[in-house]
Amino acid sequence: MSADSNSATDEAPERLRIVLAKLGLDGHDRGLKVVARILRDAGMEVIFLGLRQTTSSIVAAVEQEDADAVGLSMHNAGHLTLGPKMVQALADAGLDVPVVIGGIVPAEDEPLLYQAGVAAVLGPGAPATEVVEAVRAAVAQRTA
Amino acid sequence: MATPSAGGQAVPLWMGQAHVYPCPSLLSILYAMDSTTPDNEAYGRWKDAYEASPTRDDSFETMSGVPVEPVYGDAPYPGQYPYTRGIHPGMYRGRLWTMRMFAGFGTAEDTNARFKEILRNGGGGLSTAFDMPTLMGYDSDSEWAEGEVGRAGVAVDTLADMEDLFADIDLAKVSTSMTINGPANIALAKYIAVAEKKGIDRAQLSGTIQNDILKEYQAQKEYIYPPRPSMRIVTDMMRYTTAEMPKWHPVSISGYHIREAGSTAAQELAFTLANGFAYVEAAVAAGLEIDAFAKRLSFFFNSHSDFFEELGKFRAARRIWARWMKEHYGAQDESSWKCRFHTQTAGVSLTAQQPEINIARVAIQAFAAAVGGTQSLHTDSYDEALALPTEDAARIALRTQQIVAYETGAAVVADPFGGAPYVEWMTDEMERQAEAIFAHLLDLGNGSILEGVYEGIENGYFVGGIADSAYRFEREVNAGRRIIVGVNAFTEGDDDERQLLRIDPSVEEIQLKRLGEVKQNRNSDAVSQALAKLKADAAVPDLNLMPTTIEAVQAYATEGEITQALADVFGRYTEQAIV
Repeated sequence: MSADSNSATDEAPERLRIVLAKLGLDGHDRGLKVVARILRDAGMEVIFLGLRQTTSSIVAAVEQEDADAVGLSMHNAGHLTLGPKMVQALADAGLDVPVVIGGIVPAEDEPLLYQAGVAAVLGPGAPATEVVEAVRAAVAQRTA
Repeated sequence: MATPSAGGQAVPLWMGQAHVYPCPSLLSILYAMDSTTPDNEAYGRWKDAYEASPTRDDSFETMSGVPVEPVYGDAPYPGQYPYTRGIHPGMYRGRLWTMRMFAGFGTAEDTNARFKEILRNGGGGLSTAFDMPTLMGYDSDSEWAEGEVGRAGVAVDTLADMEDLFADIDLAKVSTSMTINGPANIALAKYIAVAEKKGIDRAQLSGTIQNDILKEYQAQKEYIYPPRPSMRIVTDMMRYTTAEMPKWHPVSISGYHIREAGSTAAQELAFTLANGFAYVEAAVAAGLEIDAFAKRLSFFFNSHSDFFEELGKFRAARRIWARWMKEHYGAQDESSWKCRFHTQTAGVSLTAQQPEINIARVAIQAFAAAVGGTQSLHTDSYDEALALPTEDAARIALRTQQIVAYETGAAVVADPFGGAPYVEWMTDEMERQAEAIFAHLLDLGNGSILEGVYEGIENGYFVGGIADSAYRFEREVNAGRRIIVGVNAFTEGDDDERQLLRIDPSVEEIQLKRLGEVKQNRNSDAVSQALAKLKADAAVPDLNLMPTTIEAVQAYATEGEITQALADVFGRYTEQAIV
């Protein structure tokens, strides 16, 4: 992770802030914790909410922390319900913040999530550079 | 390296049925040279024990017809303290490991149909997977349950669901495994209540409930109340089953989830056994005699891809448990010293890339579990990194362990790698690392592992240690220092379309309707009374909560209502988010 952490921090004067959370009951938090450290190593500020969050607790964190992105980790086949719900909740709160989803998402579900407004979907085993780039690109697209 | 035959008397190769070798004499001479065993007294005891135990109907020879001994190498032999080489003198010559495949889906009726099919096919063991809301103590109509009902297992809200789950099944004749922890008391209460309705005494019930709450705070995160009141519930269940249900296993101490969360093999080993010691200390503190319950404890380990590390871990687990139970805790009964365990292959090792190659990973992991002496085994399906397993993938997984059992020779000789310098070194190394962790926990707990475990949960020792190991592993993979085939090397060939399992969303509707009906038809006064009594009992630390919990489920109180009543007294646990 050390190799990729210089490029974007040179370009972006402000540190990118991302809220990371598990939505719902799913307790698989290994991936989310690893991603938290990857993003932190890449120079981002990580607001780690951890387990058992609701769309409203995540919206509140985004507002409070003035976050640039939301990262969700999904392992319980709930992504098609919860992903769009998260996007909608942020929109309802008037927040133009991209949602990035990682975890176990079958490839054929990805278009459905993109259609619902999810900014990026990262599959199992996605390399660190891809995770970092996906978050940066998602944020850049919103602010462009 | 010399591997003297423990059998002492070599059977010449030419006695094999299928092949006649032209020159047996040379081999006979080699056998003769090695036929003295280093410890004749131990060998004699082993031989007596082996001959006294029944064996399967099998010729116990190699594929080429070479007859082989039940064990090779040095004492202590299988079945002898500290059981490094296995807990039975003949290991799988007596009985193969149990091929226990864990599954659950849809409504209670769907799962009931699957159970009956298993029983018709000669299986005697039922294994129940519950859905996430049930595992977390929430009802299907809770806002937390949305999108999760019946998805990763079966939804059990009230006694009515448990009645459906076991309809037309003779609970006196089956053995049931229930994988549930936070609300384990409620699940067991329902199982007892269903049996009672069928006229079956609870003393006849046989099975296992996972009920390992400590690893929930460390790894799986399916907790409800804070650790100490949760441990009271666990010891209540241990006291209750010890007194009333002699065929029941009240705790299955599980390292599986610790490893899946990212621990090393040694952390899995040490945290799991430390949790085991903690349950022993808690049960003794609750007034139980160690030899009255220790033989009903069982373990559950992960089998990952580094074959020799896993093998060392399994062997070390038996040796450590035996030594601590005998020497540290003073258990007298030999069966209290034996570490019996279930194994599941490592779900986390499965890749979404080129998923078919996971079949090879599972085969190697299953082989490690078998030669490591497991009592039962679940093999993962190759598509688990993509979705819940399809029926086809689950069948391949079962076939994989059948190949290990019937084709590889793994079930013919006990502890076949025992005595190999690397394997013995690895076993010692695993034990050394585990002992260092126990020393730390004893230090944290002022001489008590139980207090050390509480402290380690509170100060982030377990979750922090696991997260550090997981991150180190990912960094190595990312830097290419560690090769994962199909992920960071050999990535060509990942383009197949696959059939994935989809859960019918109507399950949620059906379950909500069912729950609504039960709530409508029950006597709500009886429910409130039962819940009030449960709350009153919960406030008295020495009272066993099992009888009142059974009364509450008999009144058709829901799982959510019962957990809420207890949470009113005990509080709910929320994890401090540590990265």
